[in-house]
Amino acid sequence: MAAAEQASSQKTATTWHGIVLQTLKRNEIKLVPYVPDRVLTTLIKDLHADPYFTTFPTAREEEAVGIISGAWMAGMRGAVLMQTSGFATLANVLASLAVPYQIPLIMFVSERGTLGEFNYGQALVCRTMRPVLDSLAMEHHTITRLDELEFIADRSIKQAVTTQAPVALILSPLLTGGKTFDK
Amino acid sequence: MTNIPARNTKVMNRFELTRRLVAGLKDEAVIGGIGNTNFDLWAAGHRPENFYMLGSMGLAFPIALGVALAQPKRRVFALEGDGSLLMQLGCLSTIATLAPKNLTMVVMDNGIYQITGSQPTPAAGHADLVAVAVASGIANSSWAADEDDFERLIAQSKQAAGPTLIGVRIDDKPGTGTTRRDPAQIRERFMHGMGVRQPL
Repeated sequence: MAAAEQASSQKTATTWHGIVLQTLKRNEIKLVPYVPDRVLTTLIKDLHADPYFTTFPTAREEEAVGIISGAWMAGMRGAVLMQTSGFATLANVLASLAVPYQIPLIMFVSERGTLGEFNYGQALVCRTMRPVLDSLAMEHHTITRLDELEFIADRSIKQAVTTQAPVALILSPLLTGGKTFDK
Repeated sequence: MTNIPARNTKVMNRFELTRRLVAGLKDEAVIGGIGNTNFDLWAAGHRPENFYMLGSMGLAFPIALGVALAQPKRRVFALEGDGSLLMQLGCLSTIATLAPKNLTMVVMDNGIYQITGSQPTPAAGHADLVAVAVASGIANSSWAADEDDFERLIAQSKQAAGPTLIGVRIDDKPGTGTTRRDPAQIRERFMHGMGVRQPL
């Protein structure tokens, strides 16, 4: 193995974004629309660099949910990347499309609004996320540890597909480092 | 009807146009937007390649984009109301960027929220949704002058090098049928129609 490749695979195995990318690939999730977030920058860049993935920005998070739903029904797996405030725009599409039509919508939500948030609006909107998920009895996990990430993500994706139910994987600042005060 | 400025486009009927579209189909997918749009698709004759939306207003085009990306060899039609599209204008830019050539979008424009009591949309009489589509980057966007022109534009879209959007001015009539509101079964039948699954 060339030195550069070795360094790259080491990075993949030891960073949260590398583990997410490899877990998506292992589960044949090719379509990854997103509304960006600072914390997701490296993951988004690496998804674009990997020809396995079809990844692109959408104007709104619910648009990405629609795209993933259509693709699933036509035989292609996908996942949506977003930030906490973006999740807050999704209650209607979750309640009228993903849940009742039994779509295994896989969402990665970069969590803002906690553990050092500097924007009061972000702190408030973050508090709406878990109540919305719980009110629809949706599966969700908050991932805080690198050593648990692969297990939670891989098992949750498989459960979403086999039970035909959406899942939200919330990426805590404890895992990602979050966004800090001076930015 | 609201105060729509004169255009050289005939005011047509949603069911009549949907009937004409469905009559010419083989294995093409059709995504019917919320409300009257999918009611008329249902009334034009149920087929497993049809997907009927029972909510999530504005997502007919994004759902159709997902189908088009997953099955690039299958033609995908999306039928959407003007009020619905106004909720999700950003999707036109996404579609223009990804440029799936197997996607044909139809906007049924009567300038009103017919199903909620025929209130005018904020765009009625002012915004031109086909012009919005062109400005969003969907070059193959045009108004259908009449029913025959609609059929011509549908046929033309099948040969196009990129996505197509067709605007049709329609009257204020309600839908002619009512979709059976069974989301799980609608999804399962559609997946059979897409060849993704076999019946149990």
